[in-house]
Amino acid sequence: MRLYEQTIQSLSERLRRREVSSEEVTRGVLERIERLNGRLNAYITVTAEAALARAREADRILARGEARSPLAGVPLALKDNLATAGVRTTCGSRMLESFLPPYTGTAVRKLEEAGAVILGKTNMDEFAMGASNETSFFGPCRNPFDPGRVTGGSSGGSACAVAADLCAAAVGSDTGGSIRQPASYCGVVGMKPTYGRVSRYGLVAYASSLDQIGPITKTVTDAALMLGVLCGHDPLDSTSANVPVPDFPVTCRGEVRGLRFGVPREYFVAGMDPEVEAAVRAAVRVFEGLGAVPVELSLPHTQYVVPAYYLIATAEASSNLARYDGVKYGYRARGPFANLREMYTKTRAEGFGSEVKRRIMLGTYALSSGYYDAYYRKAQEVRTLIRRDFERAFEQCDVILAPAAPTPAFRIGEKIGDPLQMYLVDIFTASVNLAGLPALCLPCGYTREGLPLGLQILGRPFAEEDVLRAGWAFEQETLAARRKPPLD
Amino acid sequence: MKVTRGEVEHVAALARIELSEAEKDDYAEQLSAILAFFDRLQEVDTRGVPATSQVLDLVNVLRPDERRPSLDIEGALRNAPDPAGRFYRVPRILD
Repeated sequence: MRLYEQTIQSLSERLRRREVSSEEVTRGVLERIERLNGRLNAYITVTAEAALARAREADRILARGEARSPLAGVPLALKDNLATAGVRTTCGSRMLESFLPPYTGTAVRKLEEAGAVILGKTNMDEFAMGASNETSFFGPCRNPFDPGRVTGGSSGGSACAVAADLCAAAVGSDTGGSIRQPASYCGVVGMKPTYGRVSRYGLVAYASSLDQIGPITKTVTDAALMLGVLCGHDPLDSTSANVPVPDFPVTCRGEVRGLRFGVPREYFVAGMDPEVEAAVRAAVRVFEGLGAVPVELSLPHTQYVVPAYYLIATAEASSNLARYDGVKYGYRARGPFANLREMYTKTRAEGFGSEVKRRIMLGTYALSSGYYDAYYRKAQEVRTLIRRDFERAFEQCDVILAPAAPTPAFRIGEKIGDPLQMYLVDIFTASVNLAGLPALCLPCGYTREGLPLGLQILGRPFAEEDVLRAGWAFEQETLAARRKPPLD
Repeated sequence: MKVTRGEVEHVAALARIELSEAEKDDYAEQLSAILAFFDRLQEVDTRGVPATSQVLDLVNVLRPDERRPSLDIEGALRNAPDPAGRFYRVPRILD
């Protein structure tokens, strides 16, 4: 039995029974990281010594029988846009290449208080802007199922680490699909909770009305376990929802007989890979077999999702990234400068990569005088219509099934030269962020070439229980068909 | 929607990003293509439709106006590119 392949649930049971120690598990994963990270580039920073120290501390607590969470002693990876006090947090950017946060964010603090062992910080598209992990200043992350292909993004490193067993589970963030799409490309589970469920305090902001932190795991049960620790109101995040947190791991084990589900007719689009379509239709049959009830659905504004998302997200990003100016922290270009303004313009020209600059420009343009109404305001109004589409749909059904992306993982270099082609990858995921819904992505098969395919399950706002229950039921039926990547 | 070189220069100035001459042409081309695709939003009838700025309908989330411990000066200066005593040093602001 390979300890590094175990789930959170399995490790938790073995740790509690003192069959294994956290130090042994952590050491094993660190050795695997040392062996494979050069090839995969999943981690930007590995905090080996700190991890082993925390593992030993967890062992002391476990020995006294005082562990209060299933995460005690379990080794996790964190996306590198999550602030960790004293530990380099780069956001995949030259702008923050040596940045040491003075504080740890709430979501990470909750994991640490639960006794989790933090292995390090994972690779990501720069400032979370991308769908392939190719915009990272630290180089692309490689798909464990085919190293010539992308992991997806922007939480590419986290998804890669989970798929390659370089951690028991990981944390990512999702603004337009950045947890779900890499989870689907790497054959693992990823969940974006309802907007407001998890505190954004300590998450470096990309688009404040869309960003959410969420788990990337090997199983749905593990996602439920992580979610239970991550969720909760936080007075330090004014956009944090003050709602009770259900016992997700308990509620996810349930019947789906009678559950109404639908696949929106607009989600079977031209240009979609036929194997993706076949996998989603096969998933529909699995749910029917479990006694769930299929329903016809339409989301008429689907074709406007990508424009609405990219106008809103880039507008918010242009504001959020204005703080990177070389004054208080981060990169500063080499002087001398003619004046302060030149320090700003050179710092930002050199500190940001081209995709980040493109999105800042797009967002600034959309907000600028003369264009604000036609672009930004219009996108916000269309956002309302997209939300209403979902409200109407959820009168007919309890969960919505969808592909995670139009194709499986594409080749490194294939789309990076055409920004618009890259943006269209988000067509099935970005609508969820616009509407603020919870969404799970889990493996639903493999292509003929052995590339993973992912299925999305969407729910009403704050109905993670429905989503997890549907996901767990589907996983029970399909777990035996899951594959590990050909790494060893 | 055609974005001109002049508009790219204007937007880059607003965003405080210096662009090379080649970049100005590249961004003009890319932004034009992207916005041409986004122009489809104009087809949508949004008369009487309110804008969504956030999905939780939260209003004025405030806390009591009480002093609390904050980041200390050492922490605030730790990542400073050019610290000088208790200050961040920058090029001249006023002429």
